[in-house]
Parts: sequence; C-alpha cells; structure tokens
Amino acid sequence: MKKHSHTLAILVMNNPGVMARIAGLYSRRGYNISSLAVGETEDPRISRITLVVEAEDENELEQITKQLYKLIDVIKLSDITKDDAVERELALIKVHCNSTNRSEILQIVDIFRAKIVDVSQEGVIIEATGDSDKIQAILDLLRPFGIREIARTGKVALVRSAAGR
Amino acid sequence: MKITGAQAVVESLRREGVEVIFGYPGGAVIPIYDAMYQAGFRHILTRHEQAAAHAAHGYARSTGKVGVCIATSGPGATNLVTGLATAYMDSVPIVAFTGQVATGLLGRDSFQEADITGITMPITKHNYLVKRVTDLPAIIKEAFYIAGTGRPGPVLIDIPKDVSTNLVDFYYPEQVNLPGYRPVYEGNARQIKAAAALIQEAKKPVIYAGGGVIISGAEEELLRLAETIQAPVATTLMALDAFPGDHPLSLRMLGMHGTAYANFAVTEADLIIAVGARFDDRVTGKVDTFAPNAKILQIDIDPAEIGKNVRADLPIVGDVKRVLAELVPLLPRQEHEAWLEQIAEWKRKYPLTYDQQEDLIAPQMVVETLSELTRGEAIICTEVGQNQMWAAQFYCFKKPRSFITSGGLGTMGFGFPAAVGVQIANPDRLVVDIAGDGSLQMNIQELATVATYKLPVKIILLNNCYLGMVRQWQEIFCEKRYAATELQNPDFCKLAEAYGIKALSVEKPEEIRPKLEEALNYDGPVLVDCRINPEENVMPMVPPNAAIYDMLGVEK
Repeated sequence: MKKHSHTLAILVMNNPGVMARIAGLYSRRGYNISSLAVGETEDPRISRITLVVEAEDENELEQITKQLYKLIDVIKLSDITKDDAVERELALIKVHCNSTNRSEILQIVDIFRAKIVDVSQEGVIIEATGDSDKIQAILDLLRPFGIREIARTGKVALVRSAAGR
Repeated sequence: MKITGAQAVVESLRREGVEVIFGYPGGAVIPIYDAMYQAGFRHILTRHEQAAAHAAHGYARSTGKVGVCIATSGPGATNLVTGLATAYMDSVPIVAFTGQVATGLLGRDSFQEADITGITMPITKHNYLVKRVTDLPAIIKEAFYIAGTGRPGPVLIDIPKDVSTNLVDFYYPEQVNLPGYRPVYEGNARQIKAAAALIQEAKKPVIYAGGGVIISGAEEELLRLAETIQAPVATTLMALDAFPGDHPLSLRMLGMHGTAYANFAVTEADLIIAVGARFDDRVTGKVDTFAPNAKILQIDIDPAEIGKNVRADLPIVGDVKRVLAELVPLLPRQEHEAWLEQIAEWKRKYPLTYDQQEDLIAPQMVVETLSELTRGEAIICTEVGQNQMWAAQFYCFKKPRSFITSGGLGTMGFGFPAAVGVQIANPDRLVVDIAGDGSLQMNIQELATVATYKLPVKIILLNNCYLGMVRQWQEIFCEKRYAATELQNPDFCKLAEAYGIKALSVEKPEEIRPKLEEALNYDGPVLVDCRINPEENVMPMVPPNAAIYDMLGVEK
C-alpha cells in the first residue's frame, strides 16, 4: 500500500532520554520516520520536534499520534500536514567544481537563493534552505556536477499565526 | 533539616502511605536498606528480584493501591524486567526502585552497571534516572502519581548510589506538575447520549468486559448496566472477577479458551459494548471475523486503545466507572427475551465440561472442588498455561480483585510470588496459587519467603510432568512431537518439606476433596501435589488465527 507523509509538530519536556523514548516507540511499533529535527523552544524546558512520518492510512497515523501522546514527556502534538505552515529544511551540499563549470554552479546557487559557504580547488560547499521540494530540486540540478557529500537537517515547521492556535 | 537521599526515599514512601516494600538488597542500595532498617520500614525479602516485582503486582492488584519493590543495580535491576513487563501489560500500578552505580561511574561499564532506564523504557509507563538528590522527592511524588492514575502502570526510579548518600533539604511537594500527562476521566456527554441511543436500538447486545472494570472499581455499575438492558456479559481473563460467574447473564470468558456460548453470542451480536477491554488477539481470534454483525461501542480510559485492533463505531474515552454511572440512568429497562433464550439454549447445548476417568485425576475437577469448598471467595493466583485456563474456566469468581493472573504477558512463574504479595496485603483472606509444575519451578525459591514470613498461601499444584499448554499445541499441531515439554520433576512434597512447608499428595480422584479440605483448613502454607491426567487438554480451543466460533472440542 502507498504510504503518505505527515508532518507532526511535537512539543516535549526537554528531559534526558526524550528522543530515545520517541525513537524507541517508533522502532518497536514498526512505524517509519523519514525525518526528525529537534531544538529548544523559547522556553528552555521545552523542545520542539518536527517529525515527518510515513503512514499507510488515517488509522495508522491515529495510532502513531496516540501512542506518542501517551509518553509523559509529550506535551502537545499536532498534525500540521494540511495546515498553512512555513516549512524549511537546510542542506549543506559539497559539489565537485572546476574552472569550467564554476559559473554554471554559481548560477544554480543564485537561482535557488542558496549560498556558497566554502570554496576549495576541488569543489564548493553550498548552503541551501527551503521546503523539501526546493532542496530536492537543487540536489537534482547539482547531481550532474558530482555531489560528494550531503548533510540535511530534516524539516522544521511552524504554523502561520493567521492559522491561529 | 538535611537528610540523605536514602532517608528521603523512606520519608517519601511514608508520605505516599506505603506500608510495605518487596525487595532484595545489593551493593548499590545499601544506603536505602540502611535507611529503611533505621526507620523500621516494613520490607519483605523475596528470594529473587523478579519475585519482588510479582509480589508488588499481587499486592497492587488485590488492593488497588500502588505496589512497591526495590532491587540493586545491574543484575538486580535486570531481574525486575520480567515483573515490570508483566505489570505493564496488565496495567498494574507499581513503583520500582533500583540502585545504580554512582553518577561519576555512569556509562563506563562499571561493576554491576546496567542502563535500566534504557532497558525498561518500552515496559514502563514512565521511568527516571535521578541525577541530583534535590530532584528525588519530586520524582517520587510524580512516580506514584503516574503509576496510580489514568491507565495505571509501572514506573521505575533509578537512584545512583551517591544520590542516596548526598544530603538534601527534604521537601515533599503537594502537587505534581506534568503538563504532558492529563488523563481524561469524564466521558463526553454527547457520546454518552449517543451510546444510550445505540444501546436502545440493539436487539442482540453483548457486554464485553475487561480488566479496566476491575481497575476503576466499576463492577457495580457493570452489573447495573447488564441488568437494566438485560444484556449477557462475556469477560476477558482479566475481568472474570468483575461479574459474578453464577449470574444468569454471565457468559463467563470469551476468546481462545472461552466458553462456546460466549463466543457464539459475540459472533451473533448486533452490538458489542466493550468496557475497559482492549480486543487482545486471544479474545478476537482472526480479527476480521470478530463480531461480524455488530456495531462496537468502546469505553476506555486510554485513547490509544480506541480502534487499535478493532474499529470502534462509537468510542467514549473516560474512566469506565464514571462513564457507566452517567450512561446507565439514561437507559430504560429492556427485555431481550428471544436473544436470552438463544443464549440459554447455547448454554444447555455447549456447557463447559470434561471427562471424568476412573483412575485419572481431572484437573478441572480439582479446580471445581476448590471453587465449591471456598464458595468462590478465595483470592486465586495462577501460573501460566493450562493451570491458568482451568482456573479461569472452572473457578466461579464472585468478588472483584479475587483473580490475580498474568493476562497480557503470560508470565510463567508469576502466580506464586504474586500470592506472596496478595497474602501480605490480605492477611485474613484465603490465598491460593493454582500452579502448574513447569511454572511453579520458575519461582519455586519463594517457598523460602512463604516459610520465613509464615504466609498461609495454599499452592494447588496441577502436576502433569509436562509443559502442558505447549504439549497440547504439539499434540494438536505437531503430531504429538513433544519437543522439550516433558519434565523430569523433583518430588514436590519433599521439596516443600525441606523448606518446612506442609505438603500433601493427591493421587486418586477420591482424594481430591479430603486433601483440599485438609489444606484449606490448615493454618499455614501448604503445597498440594495433584498428579493429574498428564495428557488432559484445555477445551474448547480456538486454533490460532481462526474465528472464535470455530472451536476445537465443540461439536456443532
């Protein structure tokens, strides 16, 4: 069956082991995480986790969210897949580069409003931010030049204020 | 005034009203044991940490209070694991303390170090590693609160040795602050009204009651519901004591070894009222054949149980007792004469039964006689396997909190140490462990505990020199290839006597009644070794992944 991606915004108590609790829950109940990003919120006792999960259907997603909610350290959880949210991911991309194709790469970087953050004889490191589609698009365009390494943060997201909560 | 972390543990236990702790000492908990000793805190020494966890479980299940156990770091802590998993599966409130190596030694593979919070994460409701002594009282407060509220469960507190020796200004909080933990007790009023309407439409309702009824103390509300709407009640293993077994509306247990009439009733029903039950695979059989014609009304305190295994047409999240108390007054008295007549016919046609052979002891007869002699009023603990199922089928329970068995995890070796905890909690009640020879040997060292504390637990051993339930499956599904299920047993009577415990042996059917009478009348622990028919099977039986109306041992 085809799986669908869902973005979950989770506020958790910033207690030791909270990531292990969430990751452990996923592995033992057989759910899949496609990306996970975590960091402190405006309140240092609380962290925000943005989780992208794969679920077969509404039932599976409902189980995932309910099981997460049962964790004592989980304060609030919302499925923001369909909400009007700002979603961003940051990627660092190390690309092969020489004098013949440098300008072409710079053009791509420019179009995507990305940045060159390191330059050497053999290549450049590009910093790109955007939603997952944009990151995927720049990766696709850079691939022919030879991508040596990629580091991605995973998606973070906030629902827009107008959407109200 | 400053006190040590260990003293803070004892003081916190006092504040929580804890009367007794089950445990086993070791290096990392010496300070806590010293504090308990000096404070004169009541401690029951089991002979294995697993038994301490099961005893705390028995204590908790038979009283509704939180059970408490303690073990040292490393192997002491890992020995608790089976007991915690058992309690987790059956939603039993336990607070377990473990010692840990000093904070400076953590994570260095120190002597007797085990990452017990990591290990027990999936089998506890919550757990804590205490890193600062100042956090200790608040953590203990939270642990008891979490263990005993909502859907109960075990909570573990891991205390490094230096945390128990460091000094703290003791302050026990009145309140807990847990923004991520807010159990819902009140059912949604609109849903309850909808439930009342749904119930009035039903022509063939069946109440399916689970362990949640016992936990929330809702047996009276359940009885009122059943009598008001004249609906038969099938219970899970965990709720056999939630509805009187001799009540005309009782269908007894449903599922794999349930009664044929319970399984037929569920299959024919047009409404299933699930009350504090979680649609376990041992109940539903092949899940898409379960209650095919029924709408499902599910009442449970745990939102994650709603629709987990079986879709719920109408869910109500809340405490079972409160929800039923709201629901029943909305319901007019109903009659379901045709439906109840159908059920009566099934009961006549397919009663629970067994063969009585001349020279062989039928284990069912032992349980039936025990039920009669105790008028269904003993607290029955069981091991796991055939002994457990015969106890479930042939003991007629009348009162709540009188059946203490490992339902979810199916832990062999559970019953006897659980009986220790039950007897400590209920010194004036008759406590019986219905045992099998395989299971009993998994925690047989507790004979020493029973002897030490002179606990008058009666062990009724259904001894067939087999791991009987597995042998039964091998007989049915493996053409009698009895792989590793034949047991060469010790002389259990001699063994009991070696611990200073009275022992009786039952070798002929006519000895059952007099020997059981002698055991029950004896003031002290007794082991009754009943040499039962070795190849007796538990029937009816729903083969794995079959529909529950397709039972072996039932001729339609």
